Amino acid sequence: MTDQSGIDTLQYLSGQTARHVRLQLASPSEIVNPLLFFLLVVILFPLGLGPDPERLALMAPGILWVVALLANLMICMRLFVDDFEDGSLEQLAMASTPLALSVIPQLLAAWMTGGLVLSLAAPLFGMMLGLPVSAVPVLVASLLMGTAIMLLLGAVGAALTVGVRRGGILLALLILPLYIPVLIAGTRALDEALHSGDPVVALAFLGAGVTGGLLLAPLAIAAGLRVSLEL
Amino acid sequence: MTEPLLMASELSVQKGVRALLSNVSLTVNQGDVWQLAGGNGVGKTSLLRAFARLARIEVFGRLERCEDVLYSGHSAALKGALTPRQNLMTHPSGLNAPSDLAIDTALEAVGVLGHADVQTARLSAGQKRRVALARLFLPSPRLWLLDEPFTALDVQGVNVLEARFLEHARSGGAVVFTSHQSAALGDELKVLNLEHYCGD
Repeated sequence: MTDQSGIDTLQYLSGQTARHVRLQLASPSEIVNPLLFFLLVVILFPLGLGPDPERLALMAPGILWVVALLANLMICMRLFVDDFEDGSLEQLAMASTPLALSVIPQLLAAWMTGGLVLSLAAPLFGMMLGLPVSAVPVLVASLLMGTAIMLLLGAVGAALTVGVRRGGILLALLILPLYIPVLIAGTRALDEALHSGDPVVALAFLGAGVTGGLLLAPLAIAAGLRVSLEL
Repeated sequence: MTEPLLMASELSVQKGVRALLSNVSLTVNQGDVWQLAGGNGVGKTSLLRAFARLARIEVFGRLERCEDVLYSGHSAALKGALTPRQNLMTHPSGLNAPSDLAIDTALEAVGVLGHADVQTARLSAGQKRRVALARLFLPSPRLWLLDEPFTALDVQGVNVLEARFLEHARSGGAVVFTSHQSAALGDELKVLNLEHYCGD
């Protein structure tokens, strides 16, 4: 790759990022809906479990992480649908930039308006469940990494099922098993933080997941999209 | 000037178990304007998608073509939430982010400059079509593969587009488009009637 084409590719990718961020901001409901879902579930749990703060605090890691996982699933279900229907994906596949690179802007935009927002709002939800303030940094750090991994994994499933009518359930079946290690590591980190243990091991596991995911998932997503586009 | 941009020999197109077209041979040279003609369902779009290597179909035979191709299909990859200007600036097909000036010129050529900063969703079907076709007035690849480019255009729009086809062909490009209407492109238009290649 010559210097010039490298610069062109960067320009193209930043243009695509701007396009997707603009599109996300143009439909605020898609950003707000997962947050609302999160809020509603967090409100419902104390009603179902009883208001005992100690019991709630004990269950908070599991509740927060499961709800974050489900909210992320909602985000993944919408991921490629519009672009598939209006021909954008076809055009993306025809561009000279490899598909594994050109899907990254969309993932970045989806994470910034999804996972990032969820992670930053999570301390509020944590406090509603009586999570001590000392655990908040671990909560945010684990969710920042966890939502990124879950988005990358979910995008692989979304790429494979985008051509399937009502593929939502199929997507959930495909990717929920893959989310289990992430869920275990995330709740483990929070548990350790709650009981003054050492959350670093679990956080390091999540960090490794993000790195591996960033390297491998775009290739799998590109392959999945090619299958869906029947290229 | 005569390097072929696309060469198909004995191409057969199959959709599922149904054979659509067989033994299609076509050479598109620089300066050519080809119309793929034929009635509804004869396989115009399928053949064009095969040329673009976007086939959701099986293709047999030999197909060679240059790498810089512009394909415009029924769905134009336009986002209703973006303005025409933003749509063109960040179109997923393009590497060369065009300048503001180039976009203004292109939108003016297709007559929608007045709506450049309105949400695309608020435009009429014909205006959206014009925005999609504005890509042809930006610095673009040599080979154009256009599926029904004249749909939803008024007479004036059709004239502008035909003039642009000829201009592109004279500057060393080539156009392959599908249409069931006969275009008024005069002597320079070559027509491939797909009715002759139907079925087995």
